[in-house]
Amino acid sequence: MKVRIHVSLKPGVLDPQGRAVHHALEGLGYKGVEDVRIGRLVEMDVADDTTDAALDEMCQKLLANMVIENYRIEKVA
Amino acid sequence: MKTAVVTFPGSNCDRDMWVALRDVSGKEPVKVWHGDADLPDGLDFIALPGGFSYGDYLRSGAMAANSPIMRSVVTAAERGVPVLGVCNGFQVLTEAQLLPGALMRNAAQTFICRTVPLVVENATSLFTSAYSKGETIHIPVAHHDGNYFADDATLDRLEGEGRVAFRYAENCNGSRRDIAGVLNAKGNVLGMMPHPERAIEDDHGGSDGRRLFESVIGSLVGA
Repeated sequence: MKVRIHVSLKPGVLDPQGRAVHHALEGLGYKGVEDVRIGRLVEMDVADDTTDAALDEMCQKLLANMVIENYRIEKVA
Repeated sequence: MKTAVVTFPGSNCDRDMWVALRDVSGKEPVKVWHGDADLPDGLDFIALPGGFSYGDYLRSGAMAANSPIMRSVVTAAERGVPVLGVCNGFQVLTEAQLLPGALMRNAAQTFICRTVPLVVENATSLFTSAYSKGETIHIPVAHHDGNYFADDATLDRLEGEGRVAFRYAENCNGSRRDIAGVLNAKGNVLGMMPHPERAIEDDHGGSDGRRLFESVIGSLVGA
């Protein structure tokens, strides 16, 4: 089973990297970009019988830092 | 007295930490490798050094926090053994949840390497008793991810319980409330971004860091 873990900064946590990219986009002349937040995508190939609980645990123990990040699990066929 | 310095793949301040502990304690620290499952018996003090453990993959300190030796470090810390994490060691301690908060990319996005003034906020802890409260000391920083973040409730609690050990006199990295170093609730774990082990000799850029080691080593000798 292919799984994508989307890790993103929690709302309210400042994202200096996103802000720098935002400025760069404006510098390239793109108008109307309201906000940029940078996250991380982890693609995994796991055994078909991997439980949702196990995936949650992997995210909470290692893949995301729950102090500053949220995660979303997407199962891809 | 028995002290130890843990080396992870990518640590680069482990030797400086080793020398600082040797010079202050008069005894050679034990060198511990990240892949070891157990710490040596009878340790009185554990130091996690700076560097770029595991190449800072995933997040700074995240991989090291899950390495075999860290399970033993967590157990020892919970038993009350003093643990100091400097720079990457601080990041490892937060990732291992021995300390609250997280260290994020510096606000200006740049690596910072210079000596900065710090204000001693708590001069009664195991690690800071040789300083005076409110004293300004000068300690080098060298990091890309030193921007301390915790939510307001956590910060209020840290401040209320006297667990902010050091603040930046001039905020160099965006850390919330200028926090440079924090203690755990029991006071036996300190994490800080600045490098006290790089400031132990007047001939090498100052000795303001030396008293941190004298504080903790002194408390062990007296014990």
